Amino acid sequence: MALPVYASPLERIWHYTRLVICALIFLFLIAPILIIIPLSFNAEPYFTFTEKMLAFDPSGYSLRWYDLLLTQPSIPNDVPRDAAWWGQVWTESAWVRAAKNSVLIGFFSTVVATVLGTIAALGLSRPEMPYRRLIMAILISPMIVPIIITATGLFFFYSSPCALIGWTGLEPYCGRLTSSYTGVVLAHATLGIPFVIITVTATLIGFDQSLNRAAASLGAPPTTTFFKVTMPLILPGVISGALFAFVTSFDEVVVVLFVAAHDQQTIPRQMWNGIREQISPAILSVATILVVISIGMLATLEILRRRSERLRGVTPM
Amino acid sequence: MADISASDAGLLKTSDGRPLKSALATAQQRSKRRAFLLVLPLLAFVIITFIVPIGQLMHQAIYNDGFSANMPRTTAWFAETPPGTVPDDAAWEALALDLKDAAAARSVGVVGTRVNYEMSGTRSLFTSTARRADDFAPPYRDALLAANEKWDDPNLWGTMRQVSDAYSANFFLAALDMTRDVNGDIVAMPEDRQIYVNLFVKTFLLAALITFTCFVLGFPIAHLLATLPMKWSNLLMILVLLPFWTSLLVRTTSWMVLLQQQGVVNNTLVAAGVIGDESRLQMIYNQTGTIIAMTHILLPFMILPLYSVMRPIPPSYVRAARSLGATSWTAFRRVYLPQTLPGVGAGSLLVFILAVGYYITPALVGGASGQLISNLIAFHMQDSLNWSLASALAALLLGAVLVLYWIYDRLVGIDNLKLG
Repeated sequence: MALPVYASPLERIWHYTRLVICALIFLFLIAPILIIIPLSFNAEPYFTFTEKMLAFDPSGYSLRWYDLLLTQPSIPNDVPRDAAWWGQVWTESAWVRAAKNSVLIGFFSTVVATVLGTIAALGLSRPEMPYRRLIMAILISPMIVPIIITATGLFFFYSSPCALIGWTGLEPYCGRLTSSYTGVVLAHATLGIPFVIITVTATLIGFDQSLNRAAASLGAPPTTTFFKVTMPLILPGVISGALFAFVTSFDEVVVVLFVAAHDQQTIPRQMWNGIREQISPAILSVATILVVISIGMLATLEILRRRSERLRGVTPM
Repeated sequence: MADISASDAGLLKTSDGRPLKSALATAQQRSKRRAFLLVLPLLAFVIITFIVPIGQLMHQAIYNDGFSANMPRTTAWFAETPPGTVPDDAAWEALALDLKDAAAARSVGVVGTRVNYEMSGTRSLFTSTARRADDFAPPYRDALLAANEKWDDPNLWGTMRQVSDAYSANFFLAALDMTRDVNGDIVAMPEDRQIYVNLFVKTFLLAALITFTCFVLGFPIAHLLATLPMKWSNLLMILVLLPFWTSLLVRTTSWMVLLQQQGVVNNTLVAAGVIGDESRLQMIYNQTGTIIAMTHILLPFMILPLYSVMRPIPPSYVRAARSLGATSWTAFRRVYLPQTLPGVGAGSLLVFILAVGYYITPALVGGASGQLISNLIAFHMQDSLNWSLASALAALLLGAVLVLYWIYDRLVGIDNLKLG
């Protein structure tokens, strides 16, 4: 990147112009995410920096919007915050309930997507796998198909999940999957699967199959080989796939909009309401929390990447 | 080697005496089956929770039994008589009795809605007639005409005949701004009711524009990251990956906050004296808002494939070109740029595919002018409740996306999809 010694003056000017342009694009990428963090501590219900904030006057900043997250929709704010009050927050606060739902749905859909996805990735990366290209295309398609189409299709399917096997006479016993946790978890697992497949097959590309054969020749049954030899080596890929799957579920709103009911309200669903109706700075405090979470996820991934590079003997240049 | 395999292949045996060739084939078959069995659970899962629902959606686009399920006698009469038959006494009786039953079952609204899709203004005809259905007595023709003169309209009977078949391509026609006239011929919708084709065109143009802006912004960044030493590029990569990992709603919200009329950007511009306090820019809740927010959201999908193609390009190629007398621009254009084309293709296709089907961001920041085809599908699903039309629009969008996906697989290969 350094400017070569033979660069002409014009090239020098262009070189620095280019750096400035790149800096501006980086600003475009990152500024919108960082700017909401200070704004979420605004003491006033505005979406812009007040004069007090710009002067770094402590009275311009407050935690009132974070407080609002705990007390919405109708928890008293002016009583002493004892155990009973916190208990009420835990059970009644709309945002806390949404957070619990998000974590619950995210956890189960991640487990389903990661377990099924990892096993399938093992099969897909074997050279003898038949119809590899077609199957891969099917498994990745939930990521490509527009989310509104997926949500609409699931809405019809969940309304009567057994309509297609009506001839068995089971249909009346099937019930519905709309307004159920199961429905949302299954849908989110499907949406997370492509990410698990992509990350795990990418890890398996560098995987030496002769290690498996070595384990087998030493008498290890396939399950032992998997847990003692394969798994530790592909673990970084599996974990990053699981993280992707979790984030996909944690961030998903359209399917929840279409197939879930009030009981399955998640954080994005709650944000969607907040943004559509009357956007209040409380949304910014949620957004800030989510940004902090994604910074944590990114850091985890980076650590994993470095670890796997070290294990494979690839040193960063 | 060739001689041995040709002459001795039949003689080579495994230790247990089977011909080697068939033993090998069996072993290969077995390992194939094993690999497939590993994939099978997931494949079955995806087919049940994803492919089947989408198949059902496609079915919904050509199947609507709103009329045939609730008007069985009339449907039977239409099935027995050839098209164009003038309704006889049997037909009037079937219609009157069906209306009576439908009124009792409270399904007459569904029937009226179904007919109304093809011939506007007929829903109220069905509901108002059904309110008086209890008093119908033979002769039914007079009774129905007494309830409403319009029942004598041959066009209405033609339309009812069309919708009495639950399978119909009419929703696809409607999604393409076409309709059937009284004779059943396909004609274009009146000018003022043509919206869908224009919206498809607009969606594709906006997606192309967003892809282009992503390319213009993404190329310099990917190039910078690819040419910096690894230590620095890993650090700067975080600036690309953080938006990628941040919730979509958070990013959309930030743009709403930044671009509002009383938002940070407008306030800064006013404070800097660039614009007056009265002429604050309207940058959100319109097409501009959709373009800015979607470019920001999709930019990492452009940068990551570009970067993964640019990183392995040896810098010595450009240096060689320079040493042979090329100017830096020529060296870039003739030597560097052609090598980045696979990345450009991969990134652009991915961004375009994702942009064409975008829903959330246009719904939140698009206002009236920034809506895309996905938003109209959602509108027909949630507000107008014309699910068949929504399904037909979804089927067309899906078709377009699948073609693009196929091209992507051909050109780039799904295996090469990279995420950070």
